[in-house]
Amino acid sequence: MGDTKRGYRAAWLLAGLALAVVLSAAAGLCLGSQPYTLPQLVQALRAQDPQDTVWRVLVYVRLPRVLAGMGAGAGLAAAGVLLQAVLNNAMASPNVIGVNAGAGFFALLTMVAVPAVPGAVQFASFLGALGCAMLVYALAWRAGLSRTTLVLAGLAVSGMLTAGINTLKLLWPEIVASSPGFLTGGLSGVTLPMLAAACPYLAAGLLLALFLAVDLNVLCLGEESAAGLGLHVTRTRFMGILAAALLAGAAVSFAGLLSFVGLLAPHMVRRFAGADHRVLVPASALLGAAFVVVCDIAARMLFAPFELPVGILLSLIGGPFFLHLLLHRRRRRIYV
Amino acid sequence: MFELRSVSVGYGERAVLQGVSFAAQAGRITALVGPNGCGKTTLLKAMARQLPLREGEVRLRGCPLQSYTRREFARTTAFMPQVRAIPEITVRGLVSHGRFPYLGLSRQMTARDRRAVEQAMQAAGVERWAQRDLRELSGGERQRVYLAMALAQGGDAILLDEPTTYLDVAAQFELLELLRTLAGQGRAVILVLHDLAQALQYSDEVAVLADGRLAAFDTPERLFASRMLDRVFGVELRRAPDGTYYLRREEPPKTASCNSCGNIV
Repeated sequence: MGDTKRGYRAAWLLAGLALAVVLSAAAGLCLGSQPYTLPQLVQALRAQDPQDTVWRVLVYVRLPRVLAGMGAGAGLAAAGVLLQAVLNNAMASPNVIGVNAGAGFFALLTMVAVPAVPGAVQFASFLGALGCAMLVYALAWRAGLSRTTLVLAGLAVSGMLTAGINTLKLLWPEIVASSPGFLTGGLSGVTLPMLAAACPYLAAGLLLALFLAVDLNVLCLGEESAAGLGLHVTRTRFMGILAAALLAGAAVSFAGLLSFVGLLAPHMVRRFAGADHRVLVPASALLGAAFVVVCDIAARMLFAPFELPVGILLSLIGGPFFLHLLLHRRRRRIYV
Repeated sequence: MFELRSVSVGYGERAVLQGVSFAAQAGRITALVGPNGCGKTTLLKAMARQLPLREGEVRLRGCPLQSYTRREFARTTAFMPQVRAIPEITVRGLVSHGRFPYLGLSRQMTARDRRAVEQAMQAAGVERWAQRDLRELSGGERQRVYLAMALAQGGDAILLDEPTTYLDVAAQFELLELLRTLAGQGRAVILVLHDLAQALQYSDEVAVLADGRLAAFDTPERLFASRMLDRVFGVELRRAPDGTYYLRREEPPKTASCNSCGNIV
């Protein structure tokens, strides 16, 4: 496929995905145990009557939920793209290599230690994600950075941190009770102030990811070729991990331990848009956003009036996809 | 162009090569040859700033390598490692990466960069594949595309690590002819070659590395006349009437075995 054709295809893909985000968000606002029509929502927004049930459901339940789904989906998907590029590993994603578990452990620890400090959970979540990503990278580097080693190192670190999370859960059950969807990943308890606190991290992470796109393309040529082109390989890797930690940490701080979005979205986009990170980063973020919102709608409606945490549904879809990648996919990059 | 002064290279505590001194000139092909594990690639990587020197100094255009920033060095010298990724990218897209050292913070190419990319594709003879996916090309074609990327870097030195590996014979000769042309245009071409006959045929100077040191640095003709390559490689180097070099395996020493016990006597 030529450059011009690729350019048109990328533009159409991005426009289509943006439309999908808008449509899924509209569906997320309208659908639920009590469905509303768009005119009803518009009318409630205009009236802004605090006594109006539609207004209350919209502002306190559905809007935070839809925004959380979009933010978490976009953040985790873009983090997946970044980690796959900097670790040169198609299997890498925030949950597979333990970044989510790191963010989750430190977020819960902060909820226990300093529950009243505003912004502390988000910052701790980011630090946990960053520390965990760096640790897994260092472990895998020592062992030769093979695809399997990275995944196994991630599993080991993830296992230790999940044990830590479970310990916190046992010792302070009231913290877990206040955020029921945290461990499996869910959007039911999300509030607008939580989202506002995480928003700067998401925005910074996405901007950094877009800024790094060309450098990541060069990095994907292989370490030696990239260094030969004047790329500061170590710095680019660190910036990529930093951006991934900002995104995954922010997502985990309000959505809990959502799985597989960072693996599913980038691989699905690659099939249509190729490996150019200038397209891959925004397209994966858009797909991730729409995907999590749609999955959350399904999780709300499948067993209504009971509600599944969206993380369970994502694991049910993502698990088989991960196995498919593990068993059938050839190495993403072939070498001469 | 490249001047090595008492260079010592290695990995960790282990020195692979010591006391290497020679100069690779612009407009000439300099081949690094030697038996397996002698440190050819290690030395080339040190020249490409991919490995730190243990001792000594490498000077490029009279200045120490360390005095160049990453990007300045990439604008002067291109490095083609032996193992390279084959990403999902068009030929033009890959060659465009050669302009990376010139891009500003926005990473946008200028009209000058695009011109340089077209010129590099023409020089390497890959412009007819510009819109094709790199993965669809043969090994030899891909090698030319990577060479075009190196040319797009705009420097006057190219370092290549075993560029003919994995190529069929015709593609090997085609690539070496292209390198000959590039050297003829004034570039310094420094390459590691596994094939001794090819190295002698296509290079202007040969650095022979053996036993952890530079065993010789001379023209192919003088090296052939000295017979020292025969000793280093354990082969018999010959030259056909048309000037082509070729190799013969040296006859192993005659042995006899005892009929009753089978031991060599």
